[in-house]
Amino acid sequence: MVPAIQISQVHKRFGAVHALRGIDLEIQQGQFFALLGPNGAGKTTLINILAGLSRADTGAICVMGFDVTKQYRQARRAVGVVPQELVFDPFFTVREALRFQSGYFGLAKNDQWIDEIIHHLDLGEKANTNMRALSGGMKRRVLVAQALVHKPQVIVLDEPTAGVDVSLRQGLWQFIRKLNEEGHTIVLTTHYLDEAEALCKQIAMLKQGIIVALDTTANLLNRFSGRSLTLRLEPAQLPESLHRLLTHQEKELFTLSIADFSELEKVMVELRLAKVQILEMELNQPDLEEVFVKIMSKQ
Amino acid sequence: MGGFLTLLYKELLRFWKVSFQTVAAPILTTLLYLLIFSHVLAEHVQVYEGVKYTAFLVPGLAMMAMLQNAFANSSSSLIQSKITGNIIFILLPPISYVEFFAAYVLAATFRGVVVGLGIFLVALLFVSVPVNYPVWILLFALLGSGLLATLGIIAGIWAEKFDQLAAFQNFIILPLSFLSGVFYSIHSLPNFWQHLSRFNPFFYMIDGFRFGFFGVSDVSPFTSIAVVCGCFLFLSLLTLHLLRTGYKLRN
Ligand SMILES: Nc1ncnc2c1ncn2[C@@H]1O[C@H](COP(=O)(O)OP(=O)(O)O)[C@@H](O)[C@H]1O
Ligand SMILES: [Mg+2]
Repeated sequence: MVPAIQISQVHKRFGAVHALRGIDLEIQQGQFFALLGPNGAGKTTLINILAGLSRADTGAICVMGFDVTKQYRQARRAVGVVPQELVFDPFFTVREALRFQSGYFGLAKNDQWIDEIIHHLDLGEKANTNMRALSGGMKRRVLVAQALVHKPQVIVLDEPTAGVDVSLRQGLWQFIRKLNEEGHTIVLTTHYLDEAEALCKQIAMLKQGIIVALDTTANLLNRFSGRSLTLRLEPAQLPESLHRLLTHQEKELFTLSIADFSELEKVMVELRLAKVQILEMELNQPDLEEVFVKIMSKQ
Repeated sequence: MGGFLTLLYKELLRFWKVSFQTVAAPILTTLLYLLIFSHVLAEHVQVYEGVKYTAFLVPGLAMMAMLQNAFANSSSSLIQSKITGNIIFILLPPISYVEFFAAYVLAATFRGVVVGLGIFLVALLFVSVPVNYPVWILLFALLGSGLLATLGIIAGIWAEKFDQLAAFQNFIILPLSFLSGVFYSIHSLPNFWQHLSRFNPFFYMIDGFRFGFFGVSDVSPFTSIAVVCGCFLFLSLLTLHLLRTGYKLRN
């Protein structure tokens, strides 16, 4: 099976700014993939090149096996992009915008699918409203809808939930999840790391135009962020044997880092032997935010 | 409907929905020129034997309006889409650069021709204008509007702000169209200006167009059509090159 997206040795400069410094990345079909990185890392630049909105200085990108410049027709049919900027054409109503977008892709009779998108994105009430009169969140939904009019196999969302309220976020992800289950490849960028952690199976982290981490979400969480255990003890004293696990202490609160659940067992035994009583206990799950901060501060 | 037809339809709709500004207004402005100039000058000027000055003015003014409106259509459409950012909606789909070019040129040419036709028809209420060679008229109307539509695309791609576009319009399009013999025959000019006019492509568009009406002109219509075609070809190739390389649009 050809990869959904294949990026090889992509460089892009804007004057003195070396925005992308040799990106290599392969995303398989059916993936739910997160592209993470701080502002200015080059995420949007990479997406723009992939979408044909910009050109790489060197290197190549293929979408579903089609080169985005040499075979742009097939490549653009295969990809739907939700841009980061909240752009719209004030000339159209929601439905007109979707019809014209279909038309640009050469799809004349697309009303059934358009209706379906309108329904899933909860745009029904606003279908005949002019784009100008929509709130920011609504405009964002229309952008998502526009990216989907041609049923692209690969869907790229550049910060789709920035400035969007919680209920819309949930609705949006539900729909995108459904599309992913139906076989569409999803690539998203977001600053909400909990979102990426919950949705995406694979993650690439970008920093100053370089990919600094690329792995499954599970591996990243395990590798960079072990679980930790916070205990309140009586007496407030940690047995000698557990000091090697201690990462943080605040009065009678001790935070221990544990690799897995079998270590939890050992901690309990040591405490019982030392006749220390546990007044409170909290097991902290690894989280992507911690991983992200660690990776970004490493280089 | 392919991407090209949709884009063409959208570009036509864009000006047609506001045709009061994009068609009616230029017709009115041109008629005011016609009334004022003919009123002031009709008694004093005769350019061609047996042609009333008011009649002489009609094709020139009509052509000038066509050129300006064709330019305005493609350039303003592009710069608006660029500034609002919604140009991505036509850059993302699989529309080729040739289709992109053709859609913008055709829509702008159409607006130019509609404005020109409107001016001609309304002018007929005031003055009779002969139509000697309709084919020449049509040819120059289409090529002239197409040429300026193409120039409009170049300006729209190049300009990053509205005032840059206005500068293009005020310092290039307007002087060239005013100094092209709309109000006079270049034979009435001093030698120096006569020679200079021959470097102005707008002069050939207007002279050839006028030939279609009166059957007289300053230079042969074949010369004019050759110049206009040459310029159109050159600008089209330049524009296609800009679009193919993505200059400023896919930076
Ligand atoms: N059109 C442009 N002109 C100049 N610099 C740009 C342009 N687009 C992006 N950059 C620069 O490239 C870098 C990457 O930007 P971007 O891709 O937008 O980052 P991200 O989307 O990860 O926040 C930044 O330093 C940004 O300033
Ligand atoms: Mg970005």
